[in-house]
Amino acid sequence: MSHTLNEVDLTLIDGILDKYAGIKGSLITILQQAQEVYGYLPEDVLYKISDSTGIFPARVLGVATFYAQFRFQPIGKYLIMLCEGTACHVNGAESILKAITDTLDIKDGETTKDGLFSLKIVACLGCCSLSPAIMINEETYGNLTPKKVKLIIKELQKKEALV
Amino acid sequence: MKIIVGEGSCGIAAGAGKVYSAIKEVLPEGVKLGITGCIGMCWLEPIVDIYDGENLVKRLVKVEPKQAELIALAVKNNDIKTIESLFIDEKDMEFLEKQTRIALRNCGLIDPENIDEYIKNGGYEALKKSLFNLNADSVIEQIKISGLAGRGGAGFPTWFKWNAAKISEGDEKFLICNADEGDPGAFMDRAVIESDPHSLIEGMLIASYAIGAKEAIVYIRAEYPLAILRLKKAIKQAEEKGFIGDNILGTDFSCHMRIKAGAGAFVCGEETALIESLEGSRGMPRLKPPFPAQSGYWHKPSNINNVETFANVPWIISEGGDKYAALGTEKDKGTKVFALTGKTNRGGLIEVPMGKTLREVIFDIGAGIRDDKDIKAIQLGGPSGGCIPSNLLDTVIDYKSLSDTGAIMGSGGMVVMDEDTCMVNMAKFFLDFTTKESCGKCTHCRIGTKRIYEILDRITKGEGKTEDIDTLKELCYAVKDGALCGLGQTAPNPVLTTLIYFIDEYEAHINEKRCPAGECTALRKYEIDIEKCTGCTLCARKCPTNAIDGEVKQIHTINQDLCIKCGECYDVCRFDAVKVR
Repeated sequence: MSHTLNEVDLTLIDGILDKYAGIKGSLITILQQAQEVYGYLPEDVLYKISDSTGIFPARVLGVATFYAQFRFQPIGKYLIMLCEGTACHVNGAESILKAITDTLDIKDGETTKDGLFSLKIVACLGCCSLSPAIMINEETYGNLTPKKVKLIIKELQKKEALV
Repeated sequence: MKIIVGEGSCGIAAGAGKVYSAIKEVLPEGVKLGITGCIGMCWLEPIVDIYDGENLVKRLVKVEPKQAELIALAVKNNDIKTIESLFIDEKDMEFLEKQTRIALRNCGLIDPENIDEYIKNGGYEALKKSLFNLNADSVIEQIKISGLAGRGGAGFPTWFKWNAAKISEGDEKFLICNADEGDPGAFMDRAVIESDPHSLIEGMLIASYAIGAKEAIVYIRAEYPLAILRLKKAIKQAEEKGFIGDNILGTDFSCHMRIKAGAGAFVCGEETALIESLEGSRGMPRLKPPFPAQSGYWHKPSNINNVETFANVPWIISEGGDKYAALGTEKDKGTKVFALTGKTNRGGLIEVPMGKTLREVIFDIGAGIRDDKDIKAIQLGGPSGGCIPSNLLDTVIDYKSLSDTGAIMGSGGMVVMDEDTCMVNMAKFFLDFTTKESCGKCTHCRIGTKRIYEILDRITKGEGKTEDIDTLKELCYAVKDGALCGLGQTAPNPVLTTLIYFIDEYEAHINEKRCPAGECTALRKYEIDIEKCTGCTLCARKCPTNAIDGEVKQIHTINQDLCIKCGECYDVCRFDAVKVR
């Protein structure tokens, strides 16, 4: 990990760092709130958290990479979370995944070149009776078929083309 | 009259929020509109209940926003016959009638965002009873009489943990709720928090009183935003009413409560890993002993139970431990909540007394298998559990009977599979999960699960060898014996149970290069039905490897050597002429 050019406004997390200053065991909470600010965890932000909390950079990165919630790359405008829970698996999540990767040409963890869509496979969205299901930003789509999911993506692409 | 919309996560995902807004727009004067949490009948969402006072007049199912006006009008005119098409099939009500709801006693009945509704249903009476009529020992005694055991899956007696934390020396003690429900296919805890958060809060307060904790923490999955929101609201309301804080209800018992959002790691369901995570570290398990009761959060005595366990506590204190113990079997008392999913006709949240058989749950409550297919297996306990075959459907639900089959009670995920599910692929699915979620601390789990996964992966691709089965068994037992925590110790269960009950499927994959369920793509064979092929050339044009030969209006054939089994021809054919074997 090397220091990079300052691309992000590091002052945006001053409030968060002040709030948790001196409260031990707050690293994960700080990382969560920082990610809410930037949408991901830029390298410089991790360094700043390290400086401010006195926790070694290696440990900050170690904790951040341990948990599935944290990202180190910006994500697309639409984050598609594909449920790979047991119920979705049994009800055909694999065919939904194929439909998404075929349509958008991205794999798990990747973002489309136009910056519109990111794909993330998650363990369980917890709406098993709607399986197979995906979540795009805050909206859940259930009882999917490959055709349905292709249509949902096409609709979003159409909407974006109009903007 | 009152209109109540079921707004649990499942309901909202199915569109309940839009239904609520639509009804709100056209709500007639004098009619109240409210929400409730998860009713449990997930397959019928969105659900709208019409109440007259406290009486449920009618339950409407699969409601769409465009029907809001009709509903409003029917309620206004007191003529609900006009919306008969939305009525629930009365037969479906047996889904609820055949359950015994204790942990879920308020779910789907009260507004989770309104503490007064909880109080009206007898809420916080158990806390008052504990504080004013019982001391810490007699609270623990009631829990002991009830026979309540940890509902997170391990089934350890709750009273024993409480007592250990109570007698442990230390002026500062912590009570922790494990709401890091990570099993894929399980949503019991989420439903309880979303639908009845005060039950959890009250249970935690009683436990804090019993062990002498002044601080209670809920460690909850960040992926459960609605549950976090409702729990936050509920804690605030309980603080305002004086149930949480200093000198609760004028006594010398003080307890504060806070929420900590987990960041997504399955291993944090293990209590010592959870504590590490609470302290801001990587969630890696600690060696036990010392147990958390002696040295837990910040090395202080701590007690950890899961959501469902706590949700039972207020009922037990109010009704008496013996009443809880009257339910269930000789050895295992009370009820258990399950998330019934997969291929059943009815899927949702259920609570049944210990001692019911799997058959009763799947056929009486779940109404059997969809599309009249045959049931093949039931998966219990997620990645730590196992698959029970259909010939053991009369196994009763208690800790011992289920573990005798090789599966476990688990936290409550119950996924039903039909003949189309490949059991080797199922085992691979779970090992893929545990491989990714292994924290990496101990060698057996980190490397063992990976090697097991690789073998399973080969088998599903038709590259299995005869000796693989013995190697799998050897590896499974090595990981089981050698792993440090519950994750690794139970990770081989999905493989071991399928090796016992579905060995024929493994052998078919290895020896005949055939997947009996037809699920493993690499073992599929695509062929063109000469009776149906019209020679339209569509499949040949779509085939990415040019594996399909044929002239226009001539029957096409698939060159098996070139075919990569992508299924494109199967998907595009308009004449149903591509067959898959």
